[in-house]
Amino acid sequence: MRWIAVWRRNFLVWRKLFAAAVLTNLADPLIMLFGLGYGLGALMPAVEGMSYISFFAAGQLCTATMYTASFESMFSGFSRMHGQKTWDAILYAPLVIDDIVAGEIVWAASKAWLTGSTILGIVLVFGLAHSPLVLLAVPTAFLVGLAFSAVGLIMTVLARNWDFFSFYMTLVMTPMMMISGVFFPAEQLPEPLVSVAKALPLYHGVALVRPFMAGEIPQQALAHVAVLLGYAAVGYVLAIRFARKRFSE
Amino acid sequence: MSVLEVRALRKSFGALEVVRGVDLGVAPGECFGLLGPNGAGKTTTLRLCLGLIAPDAGDIELLGEPVPRKAREARARVGVVPQSDNLDPDFTVAENLLVYGRYFGLSPREVRARTGPLLEFAGLTGRAGAKINTLSGGMKRRLTLARALVNDPQVLFLDEPTTGLDPQARHLIWERMRRLTVQGKTLILTTHHMEEAERLCQRLAIMDHGRIIASGSPRELIAQHIEPQVVEVHGPGPAVEAWIALARAGAARVERVGDTVFCYADKVDGLLRTLAGHSELVYLHRPASLEDVFLKLTGRDLRD
Repeated sequence: MRWIAVWRRNFLVWRKLFAAAVLTNLADPLIMLFGLGYGLGALMPAVEGMSYISFFAAGQLCTATMYTASFESMFSGFSRMHGQKTWDAILYAPLVIDDIVAGEIVWAASKAWLTGSTILGIVLVFGLAHSPLVLLAVPTAFLVGLAFSAVGLIMTVLARNWDFFSFYMTLVMTPMMMISGVFFPAEQLPEPLVSVAKALPLYHGVALVRPFMAGEIPQQALAHVAVLLGYAAVGYVLAIRFARKRFSE
Repeated sequence: MSVLEVRALRKSFGALEVVRGVDLGVAPGECFGLLGPNGAGKTTTLRLCLGLIAPDAGDIELLGEPVPRKAREARARVGVVPQSDNLDPDFTVAENLLVYGRYFGLSPREVRARTGPLLEFAGLTGRAGAKINTLSGGMKRRLTLARALVNDPQVLFLDEPTTGLDPQARHLIWERMRRLTVQGKTLILTTHHMEEAERLCQRLAIMDHGRIIASGSPRELIAQHIEPQVVEVHGPGPAVEAWIALARAGAARVERVGDTVFCYADKVDGLLRTLAGHSELVYLHRPASLEDVFLKLTGRDLRD
């Protein structure tokens, strides 16, 4: 359980910069949610039996969670690993690279979970969801956070410079956001794209959170959970493998 | 029992063999210096001993634990001062110690009890709340030393601990390192600063091209490898040219580097008399130092 010390190190930094961190994490997704939700939503009919903003809120919760997890594990993680050499300092102590990877992934997931949960709170305040089932979106947000933190950390331990992350963000994250049912139902896309979306984690996060918000149990809930857990587990294992290689050079 | 025992250690990075069969033994309570020019393999050897990288061949035992297999257990009783400071810039001085102590499983209360004495040791009393970027280079180095002591280690590894520091800061670090050996801690340092090695280390190993090429106490190394007296002569080229034959006749060994001539001998009275007639030559007569040994063994060629 040495990895908890790594988590707590990051938590302490976050706590010191609390206000700025929360504001920058939340401002963007909330502006999007209300801007698109109410603005564009006013022109839209009901989607899947709910108002557009309620429909979009589930997608936006998952997207914001994905972005927080990815930014934290990639940009902040790379700065700790590469710029500040924080990882080197930790490795002089009785910790190994596995502890750091675990601590970083769980930390980024925790931060992402906070983003998702806060958005959920705002969704509730604005009366966009009513059922108690919506509370299941809270653990789901953590799961989405874990999946994207683990994948993001793979990018981090492979990265040689900051530009590396733009490729992942532009070529993977942005298209994923478009096809995963965030803005419109994924099923209206041509079939090959639906299959691509189903192979990626964001789709499964949205497929869980949206029914929860509507007060329903998602179909194939366990399968969605399994995909998210799978990304987290495989990401964790690969991140450790690549990190070990990087730190043995 | 020795603190560190290294046998037949080898490590390659790609096609480059950086450590090529190193044997070392460090006894408890001694200050041991690993000397060598840049790229000699000192830092790699240190990283191998700490279990941060795995050797290709050879055995390492640190504090009785086989490394890298039980490196975690060994490192719990070891402190490390790295070559470049990697303090946590987001934290204050005291928070750096607190967070670092946690990596060793120390509770905040335990670390707080140690913070006062550690900051005093590092000459940072009153700076507990200071941000890292407000500290001078010397203060950062001292805090890095304090951080390495947070777990009250038996052994301290210091990788070029005073590189880049001004003389005041350097002397303070040296004084603290001596104090640590008095307390019974074992110090293992790498350096290419000969004065540092000569002043602090009871025993040294000189490393070059991945091998240990000489070892012993500073005095032993000087006695074994070099003549005790040195005369350094410098002057305009023609004047040096006119005099150098006398040097070759009067000294056991003569080295010329540009317009400077280094003469090594057991007795130099005769040599000094020959300089009396050459007023344009400036000379310095001094006892042989570790630096002379180092340059003799590793050569005068640049290593960068």
